[in-house]
Amino acid sequence: MNRTWQRFKASYLLFSFKQDKTAMLSLAVLLTLLVTGLLAPVFSPYDPYDPANIDIMNSELPPAWTQDGEAAFLLGTDIQGRDLLSTMIYGLRLSILIGCGAVVLQGFLGVVVGLLAGYLGGKIDALLMRIADIQLSFPYLMVAIFISAIFQLAFGIGRYEDLAVPLLIVIIGLAEWPVYARTVRAAVLGEKNKEYVEAARVIGLNRWRIMFRHVLPNTMTSVLVISTIQVANAVMSEAALSFLGLGMPVTKPSLGSLIRSGFEYIFSGSWWITLFPGIFLVLLVLVINLLGDWLRDVLNPKLYKG
Amino acid sequence: MSHLLEVNDLEVKFGLRLGDLTAINGISFNLNKGERMGLVGESGAGKSVTGFAIINLISKPGFISGGRVMFNGRDLAALSEEAMREIRGNHISMIFQDPMMTLNPVLTIGTQMVETLQAHRSITRSEAEAIALEKLKKVQIPSPEKRLAQYPHEFSGGMRQRIVIAIALITDPEIIIADEPTTALDVTIQAEIMDLLQQLCESEDTGLILITHDLGVVSQVTEKIAVMYAGKIVESGPTERVVNDTKHPYTQGLIKALPGSLQPGARLNQIQGMMPTLTDIPPGCAFNPRCPICEAICRDQEPPFIPVDHLTRMVACHMVKPDPSMGTR
Repeated sequence: MNRTWQRFKASYLLFSFKQDKTAMLSLAVLLTLLVTGLLAPVFSPYDPYDPANIDIMNSELPPAWTQDGEAAFLLGTDIQGRDLLSTMIYGLRLSILIGCGAVVLQGFLGVVVGLLAGYLGGKIDALLMRIADIQLSFPYLMVAIFISAIFQLAFGIGRYEDLAVPLLIVIIGLAEWPVYARTVRAAVLGEKNKEYVEAARVIGLNRWRIMFRHVLPNTMTSVLVISTIQVANAVMSEAALSFLGLGMPVTKPSLGSLIRSGFEYIFSGSWWITLFPGIFLVLLVLVINLLGDWLRDVLNPKLYKG
Repeated sequence: MSHLLEVNDLEVKFGLRLGDLTAINGISFNLNKGERMGLVGESGAGKSVTGFAIINLISKPGFISGGRVMFNGRDLAALSEEAMREIRGNHISMIFQDPMMTLNPVLTIGTQMVETLQAHRSITRSEAEAIALEKLKKVQIPSPEKRLAQYPHEFSGGMRQRIVIAIALITDPEIIIADEPTTALDVTIQAEIMDLLQQLCESEDTGLILITHDLGVVSQVTEKIAVMYAGKIVESGPTERVVNDTKHPYTQGLIKALPGSLQPGARLNQIQGMMPTLTDIPPGCAFNPRCPICEAICRDQEPPFIPVDHLTRMVACHMVKPDPSMGTR
């Protein structure tokens, strides 16, 4: 453990991180958002899921610093009278959860498919990659509309509210796995003819062990880089789905559903319900993308500036 | 007496669109326990393919189309993939040319050594590590405890080849096939690695098949030798005899090409022309277009691979007459 830490301290990764102010700032913002989101009950002033905290008389109050604002609600309230800041923090938690969950799912599917296709080659490769092509040719919105419509019919709206989070994870996860599959397959094609793979076969290891233990770790650089971008994409996808009313229900709003619920009132002057969740969302996606850029530069030796 | 490894009339083909190409055309040799043998020839002669054929690991579109590889009484060419995996790395190991490439860059040396052991024996990690440590000491890696936790990039080329040798030896195999093990290393390290390999094979009584184009290296390390040309063995016998009393004009050419026999500054000898590609091997003796003593018969008839003396010398050449004491053939 100590040794790993020593290694990390001497690594190029840390060195380049310290050189890069954008990366440091992004990580700071990201960590703040993550901690705030994941520890939502600690940081938010109210529990927006608790009906006892909601008073319809408080609905559509503007932020505290404006003329009509109340000090109790820093960023104002939404249409149902929930404290906007609290709702946003809880929404942030949902967005992060769905984003990461979807990436884990698509990463798992994509890595396994890409590895099998790349390493085994031949007919398996052709079959798996055509499936990936078909998957990519479906717009994920259409898939999402189908699945959630079927789901709501099958289980009813009430159950849908409970199962919305895993459902969104599955929808977004299924929509984007070919991105991983293609990347991993390309990397595996490059690795599998290297001599260490031959050496592993000569040692007498079986092909699963060679695939998962020898080839896979060598393709992880590219997986790591696209993962950052995919998290940002998944968060965006979730927001888009929710904005269209296909995502999180209004009782448990994510950032996307908050933006949507505010959007209906934006012309009646309640700009804050849309603006603040929007800023949160932009901030989250932006810092993840900036970190991803930095990571790509660090892990690509061709871009070393010396 | 039966041999540890007996290659009988082995034939390897590559299935291409144009038809099958014969890469190895009926070669036979054998190896006893603890015996060291050299397989010599130019690039493309089929040395490496022979090495891979022994462990039945020829990459597609190549396949073994005939002959047998008998190891401890079992025909490796006919074994199932499952049974073959048990032999590979456990009974027969292989060492490759470039140690920079043969170690997995993302796994520590220790992990790679332990993995090899665990693939063949039910053994705990700490037991495996103890064996790995002992082997690292055998290949003279300084402070092996520390080295086990390091990655391949932390080692120099010579050190890596030592580790590759340690991995090859870790299961105490009966045979090591070393495919040009020192070609990627610089000359001083080459000598060290060859000494180490020879010494380890002697002390562990391990058979060695040394595949190389360097007759100099072969003559120092091996006890017998087989010279390959265009997929066939053209001359074989005890190393000392083959090197000092060379029969086949191709082997003679190889020996003349060694710089050691020349005045410094003199022009190096070379064999005229190139090895024929597999698609257009000339009729008769494959070596005839380059042969200095070629005659008409060499262009029509393939020379038989026959014994030329009472020892184990065999030569495939029309121009080489058997030892008179052998009688008429």
